[in-house]
Amino acid sequence: MKFDTPAGTNPIDQGKVIGKPTHRIEGPLKTTGKATYAAEWHADVPNAAHGNIVGAAIAKGRIKSMDLSAAKAAAGVITIVTADSAGALDKAGRNTAKLLGGPEIQHYHQAVALVVAQTFEQAVAASHLVRIDYDRADDGKFVLADARDAAKPVQGRAADQLLGDFEGAFAAAPVKVDATYTTADHAHAMMEPYATIASWEGDKLTLRTSNQMIDWCRMDVARTLKIPKANVRVLSPYVGGGFGGKLWLRTDAVLAALGARQAGRPVKVVMQRELMFNNSVHRHATIQKLRIGAGKDGRITALDHEGWSGNLPGGGSENAVNASRSMYAGANRMMRNRLALLDLPEGNAMRAPGEAVGSIALEVAMDELAEKLGMDPVAFRVLNDSQVDPAHPEKSFSLRKMIECLQVGAKAFGWNKRSAKPGTRRDGQWLIGMGVAAALRDSPAMTSGARVRLSADGRVTVETDMTDIGTGSYTIIAQTAAEMLGVGLDKVSVKLGDSDFPVSSGSGGQWGANSSTSGVYAACVKLREAVAAKLGIDPATATFAGGKVSGGGKNATLTQAAADGEVLGEDTIKFGGIRDQTHQSAFGAHFVEVGVDSFTGEIRLRRMLAVCSAGRILNPTSARSQVIGAMTMGAGAVLSEELVVDPRFGHFVNHDLAQYEVLVHADVPHQEVIFLPDLDPASSPMKAHGVGELGICGVGGAVANAVYNATGVRLREFPMTVDKVLAGLPELA
Amino acid sequence: MAGTDFLEMSRRGLMTSGAVASAVAVVPLATPTPAQAATDRLTPSTMPVSFTVNGKPERLVVDTRTTLLDALRENLHLTGTKKGCDHGQCGACTVIVDGQRINSCLSLAVMHEGGSVTTIEGLGTPDKLHPMQAAFVRHDGFQCGYCTPGQICSAVAMLGELKAGVPSHVTTDLASPKHSEAELRERMSGNICRCAAYPNIIAAIEDVAGIGQKSGNKA
Repeated sequence: MKFDTPAGTNPIDQGKVIGKPTHRIEGPLKTTGKATYAAEWHADVPNAAHGNIVGAAIAKGRIKSMDLSAAKAAAGVITIVTADSAGALDKAGRNTAKLLGGPEIQHYHQAVALVVAQTFEQAVAASHLVRIDYDRADDGKFVLADARDAAKPVQGRAADQLLGDFEGAFAAAPVKVDATYTTADHAHAMMEPYATIASWEGDKLTLRTSNQMIDWCRMDVARTLKIPKANVRVLSPYVGGGFGGKLWLRTDAVLAALGARQAGRPVKVVMQRELMFNNSVHRHATIQKLRIGAGKDGRITALDHEGWSGNLPGGGSENAVNASRSMYAGANRMMRNRLALLDLPEGNAMRAPGEAVGSIALEVAMDELAEKLGMDPVAFRVLNDSQVDPAHPEKSFSLRKMIECLQVGAKAFGWNKRSAKPGTRRDGQWLIGMGVAAALRDSPAMTSGARVRLSADGRVTVETDMTDIGTGSYTIIAQTAAEMLGVGLDKVSVKLGDSDFPVSSGSGGQWGANSSTSGVYAACVKLREAVAAKLGIDPATATFAGGKVSGGGKNATLTQAAADGEVLGEDTIKFGGIRDQTHQSAFGAHFVEVGVDSFTGEIRLRRMLAVCSAGRILNPTSARSQVIGAMTMGAGAVLSEELVVDPRFGHFVNHDLAQYEVLVHADVPHQEVIFLPDLDPASSPMKAHGVGELGICGVGGAVANAVYNATGVRLREFPMTVDKVLAGLPELA
Repeated sequence: MAGTDFLEMSRRGLMTSGAVASAVAVVPLATPTPAQAATDRLTPSTMPVSFTVNGKPERLVVDTRTTLLDALRENLHLTGTKKGCDHGQCGACTVIVDGQRINSCLSLAVMHEGGSVTTIEGLGTPDKLHPMQAAFVRHDGFQCGYCTPGQICSAVAMLGELKAGVPSHVTTDLASPKHSEAELRERMSGNICRCAAYPNIIAAIEDVAGIGQKSGNKA
């Protein structure tokens, strides 16, 4: 199915199942420990050996020599994979650094060996017997601030955008802000480590893994191992969190495949938590400079967002300035994205890459400018809304309700109780403040396929290689099929994450929900046609409801259509036309109340509210969970999350879950989400957008603005740890 | 007596396992001496251990270095208990041993001779959910599901601690801790949820404890 004109009325609009708050259909499996994650296929792979990864102990340089003799002689050791034993490997374009290093080392904890043994304990013990002598390079660059001056412009989608005469307009602006902000390197820190069980049958490889993008994984492991894609099967029905970190083929999968080949039996690799932070990918740290000028009437006339990030040679940037491209009006603009070379581990996509941290800087700068103008921050944003992308005024947003999000949120949150003067509200020892931010995140759609089977017992089974990374895919896909075929949710089974199924959009870039359900919609249209044809009913007028099919005076049951054998519908949705002619983004507004301890500078979140406009909300239950989860991750980015670079050794020194501090239960207060009742016919037959990344955009800025409102301390270096807050608080008598 | 012999062996085993565990912890930091390397080349020290898991008696012969977590996952194939960090930092491996919640990754299997272990599989099944499991589904107290068994085991045992009057860091009346959102959040903070279903988890626990539903999804 080609989606290129706005969707008309279709069976999804019935809203009998779609759009209703629905518990996750896989919930009983997940809550009883019966969902099978990557390392848990005992019944299918009963004889897997255990592989333990050895990570490089230098950030840059070469391996001079490796002595594997003690490790090889250790109890239970079957084989050891190294670059030498693996032979020549290719590298997929989606990976920056090699997934198996040696002799050249490109980053700290780059995998250099896999020790395969009969048991986990034996593999771990033997790993410690691997002796490696390194030749450490002394020219490693690890500090973004130092590498900034040598940074280069980025080409392609993230290239510079210059509109009008920024310098002239900024010089002439009567009210302006000129400030620099920094955000830290962030870790995905998903709960399930990277893990894979690899098994070979002849030249056929099966990976039971944890991956967001089944087809990319299949393609890239084939490329890396130089084997045909057709010889690879990838299974990933449950993914214990990804947040972008599992978009790619990673070390665990490649080493498990190599280990299994060398061992002559299946090998299980679970990456040690302490390796994950330096071995894999992370969100790049940024330096961002914002210059915004406005007239005395509060209208923005000049907007410059310049951002710097660093990566390994060949790696991409953290395109933070993207947050400012189409958020606010202003005729004179500069958007410049600069990339420096660093020898840190690979920077790559993490939940709302670019916007998540770009919006922190932008929304704090907006708060600063509103204060200078003497304007309310909500009113200032409303005034500067732009219904078009300023660089492409011919292209309107298909759905843009940023103003409504701000206004609905302000009312629901009690924004009128905010004191415009910072540091003036107290609750005992706590200084209380409120902050606001707007949110924008593009809603791309990706080609997505599915197969739907109707069996003689009336059961509907959906098969697609789509993944559920906690996003609720199982449930929204079941809802889509139930709505399309007029059956109850209890009649639908959903099978995901298997490369034997039609290729889907996968999970990333908040495209998954809209794209994958559209693919299921397309397959269901095919199935409806097949069912109607079997029953002798005109497919164009057939209605599917209550397990029955009717049309043209005929009535039949769905099961009748499958009486003499399963009926099948398969299709792939592709997007173009209207989707290219309009700008598709989800919008929101965040409101946050914090308390700051006047003695210690400790920041406590007290209340959070997000208002979202994202087209049809397919399942308000899981959509809400996506948004509150993103709000928490976004708050963590400005409160505590920071991969600390040790510039002597070129690694993230706090590489575990005790020292990389994600928010915990005690940090997270009352959270609310309001979804505006929207439909976007230009988006897809589902008329939906994404919400999983929208929720993280802007929220960090709202937290920072609330801290300023509480204390009068304006912090621009994130995260806002106690030392920074305390330095700005007044002396206590 | 056979039982006494077994206990004797158990004590020796514990000491041995402790020594091995500390050796494993030290080796990565120091260059292994030939003597240490030789120790590791020996056949691993194994020991029998008997405990009940979810009411079922189990007798295993395990490597003395095997954690309770790995014994459950790799030896007994009870993979409901999750390995998130293997260092007691995330809580995904929480199980209930002799009535108390513990991080099973920080506990050696051989330490639990005669013990009674309850894992997520012992609380309920997909067809017959434990009230806490049902409440997690009802309140959407999870997303990816990987921390979930640990959260649920932790929550079940935590309510028991509160009932027994065990105070926490945020308890104001140490003699008589009361249910409150702050108490629940504090007591659950050893269980990280990166998807951050936190308010929904607290709502599920409050639901089970019968103490109001101020937050979370009531769908």
